[in-house]
Amino acid sequence: MPLDIENMRKTFGRFTALNSVSLRAEDSEFIALLGPSGSGKTTLLRCIAGLEAPDSGSIRFQGENLLAQKVRDRRIGLVFQHYALFRHMTAAQNVAFGLKAKRGADKPSSAAIKARVEELLALVQLDGLGGRYPSQLSGGQRQRVALARALAIEPRILLLDEPFGALDAKVRRELRRWLREIHERTGLTTIFVTHDQEEALELADRVALLKDGALEQFGTPEELYHQPATPFVFEFLGDVVKLPCEIVDGAAVFGGVRATLLGGSRRTAGKGVAHVRPDAFDVARDEGEGLRATLRDVVSAGASARLDCLLENGDSVEIRVPHDLAQKLKPAERVTLRPREARVW
Amino acid sequence: MMSAHGPAAPTRDPAWFKWTLISVALAYVVIVLALPLLAVFVEALRKGEAAFFAAFNEPAAAAAIQLTLLVTAIAVPLNTVFGLAAAWAITKFEFVGKSFLTTLIDLPLSISPVIAGLVYVLLYSVHGWFGPFFADRGIEIIFAVPGIVLATTLVTFPYVARELIPLMQQQGTDEEAAAATLGAGPWRTFFLVTLPNVKWALTFGVLLCTARAMGEFGAVSVVSGHIRGQTSTMPLHVEILYNEYNFVAAFAIASLLALFALVTLAVRAVLESRFEAELAAAERT
Amino acid sequence: MLGVAASPSSETKRWRFREPSALGGFWPSFGFVAVYLSFIVLIPLAALVLRPWEIGIDGVWRAVSSERTVAALKLSFAAAAVAASVNAVFGTIVAWALVRYEFPGKRVVDAFVDLPFALPTAVAGIALASIYAPNGLIGAAFGAHDIRIAYTPIGIMIALVFIGFPFVVRAVQPVLADLEREVEEAAATLGASRWRTISQVIWPSIAPAMLTGFSLAFARAVGEYGSVIFIAGNLPMVSEIAPLLIIIKLEEFDYAGAAAIGLAMLVISFVLLFALNALHAFMIRRGGA
Repeated sequence: MPLDIENMRKTFGRFTALNSVSLRAEDSEFIALLGPSGSGKTTLLRCIAGLEAPDSGSIRFQGENLLAQKVRDRRIGLVFQHYALFRHMTAAQNVAFGLKAKRGADKPSSAAIKARVEELLALVQLDGLGGRYPSQLSGGQRQRVALARALAIEPRILLLDEPFGALDAKVRRELRRWLREIHERTGLTTIFVTHDQEEALELADRVALLKDGALEQFGTPEELYHQPATPFVFEFLGDVVKLPCEIVDGAAVFGGVRATLLGGSRRTAGKGVAHVRPDAFDVARDEGEGLRATLRDVVSAGASARLDCLLENGDSVEIRVPHDLAQKLKPAERVTLRPREARVW
Repeated sequence: MMSAHGPAAPTRDPAWFKWTLISVALAYVVIVLALPLLAVFVEALRKGEAAFFAAFNEPAAAAAIQLTLLVTAIAVPLNTVFGLAAAWAITKFEFVGKSFLTTLIDLPLSISPVIAGLVYVLLYSVHGWFGPFFADRGIEIIFAVPGIVLATTLVTFPYVARELIPLMQQQGTDEEAAAATLGAGPWRTFFLVTLPNVKWALTFGVLLCTARAMGEFGAVSVVSGHIRGQTSTMPLHVEILYNEYNFVAAFAIASLLALFALVTLAVRAVLESRFEAELAAAERT
Repeated sequence: MLGVAASPSSETKRWRFREPSALGGFWPSFGFVAVYLSFIVLIPLAALVLRPWEIGIDGVWRAVSSERTVAALKLSFAAAAVAASVNAVFGTIVAWALVRYEFPGKRVVDAFVDLPFALPTAVAGIALASIYAPNGLIGAAFGAHDIRIAYTPIGIMIALVFIGFPFVVRAVQPVLADLEREVEEAAATLGASRWRTISQVIWPSIAPAMLTGFSLAFARAVGEYGSVIFIAGNLPMVSEIAPLLIIIKLEEFDYAGAAAIGLAMLVISFVLLFALNALHAFMIRRGGA
């Protein structure tokens, strides 16, 4: 059952947070809402949860108009950015809260609640820690309690608001992997908000990239990375080197060197600004065709080596090359850069 | 906070400055605060224990104590409910006129208690706006217990709200929002999520409200009629005794009130150090 | 939760009384609060504002401008101002000592500061009267030099000092505590003497707080009754405070007159506090707290 969001608009005073955003999440999909601060991604999430009321637009799920339902009736699980755990309740009591809040026939027996809480704590790998208070748990543990709590009510949709924002890098990576596993096990339609593009590309089935309240592109990670719809998408999802070039016979020409003109490029003739990925350059010492540059710095640490180059026109660019190549180069050397492929807008 | 040991830092005050300041501060506190407090107990016990206890056995005194307790037992719960409702409305929602509401709540703190009593006389006495309405039904408000309850309630209503509002403001609405997404209605959210988070502030607010209600003098003075044994609360009774030069009895009753004030302060000190411990624990993780 | 209810945006947006929110229970709580406040505060205050005029504008003017009333008002406001000033100075000293220094008994003193807040005014009143009376502990010492404290305006000021003490301390304390150590250290590394640091870095930050404390102590002292009534002489024109005059008028069944004086007190207080608030805002703008 898809989640259909149509023409969401939301303003706060004079600031437009959402400008007619529409998207559709298919059943059991894992969707990332990605974008810089102020792009509207959290606002959209909160509208789905019911914590904000949009000015106009509609949200339909399982044939129901979600906007007509009160927050407590929507059966949506929300994991807050800062966890929002009930500070005076233990982890187990936190998880049990939603179950105890059910009314009438839906409410399970105390034994059933206890069993379910234990089951969920085991799912998030916190068994044995149910008796701890939030202040006695680490950030990563608190996050997992928040998730267990949200899952307890058997939500139809799971929403996560920058779930790993406050955690350090290593914990983030572990939790990312683990979140993906949980998603596979529960099969819930999941939407999560992040400003970290690596996280979005790694985890999501599809990514919605937002900017200034509008949807820039909505597609699989591969589509966004290799077929960016706009310069913003291209620049957001990785580093970019911008160089002037000319388009001749369907190729981007830099100082005599022909580079493949990638699909999705808007221009097809004349002069333009090329966007090139830092790792899409060939570097050589010869004096053939290409862009002449002087090496200012060679940093050989990290996943790939970084070359700081000063072009003849005065621009500075950063290129990435494999380590074995970088080891042969030294600062102050003159090299020739040859882009292999580029996008021109 | 600086320690007395350790290397001299450029922001340290010279020792003479520091100790002069501390001496002045302590002297001020002792003369202005401690002395009067001490005087209460000294004067109460001036004629020995027997005289001290005799003061409470007197029927008028007993009646005054009873009346004070009755008035407090009505005013404080009412103001507590008000304080909770006001703090809930103000800190969890956004609406027009919020700051006007907050100003209104602070109002009794800046008007004279005599004026507080005055306004009730203007409304409910026989010559008041609503006077005839009640007189026709044989209900006495001014110069009777209902008037005392009303005046005490007016003067003490901000105290619970003022303790709760800054704390609840600081705690924000995230936990309540989480409770809503988990299916909880407003009552469940209030009792299970909001209330436990403010229990110490609430306790202290209620204590303070009680201390102020028991000790209210100016407003009650205006509406009570000073009828010994009938419409005198403890503070009024103290005044009557003092004006009759019955000092020991006056200070004896006063010492009871002073004792309660000290208990209030002690509880506050204990709660604050508890808060500090909780805060430190929360910040460590 | 963000929300600005009243400003119209470029789209036609209806004015809303309150921002919709996920939480329920607004109207019950707000409704209760509104009714309670009307009953307890607003309607009684309306009576105070409207009833004086029953004796006409002349009547009100006569009641307010009579010699006795003017003397009482002057005494109440002047004594309150003096007492609040004394508290401003010494209260700041106490706050400074509590925040910056360690000394034995500090915790006790800190808790003790709130005593005037929790102690019934009548209890304070008789205690102060007994100490400063001609045969009291301090009164006798001064009496030997022919200085009378109790039953004079000086006695009144002492009682008001007691009453207003916590306000300045509690207003200045948090500001002092929040003062970043680093700013002082920066001033020191830049070569400022301790005195310069205090007067140009620390003082501008605490001055507004001192003013707030002063205003609160002042407002409280103006209307104070219980702690003053025993130590004041209550002689008309000399040592009679305004609240006492109101009570006397009520006992004479001059309701409109009493209300007129009460209204005058409120109006004057209001004006003064407004001016103090403006001064406070000015200080914040200039000095930056």
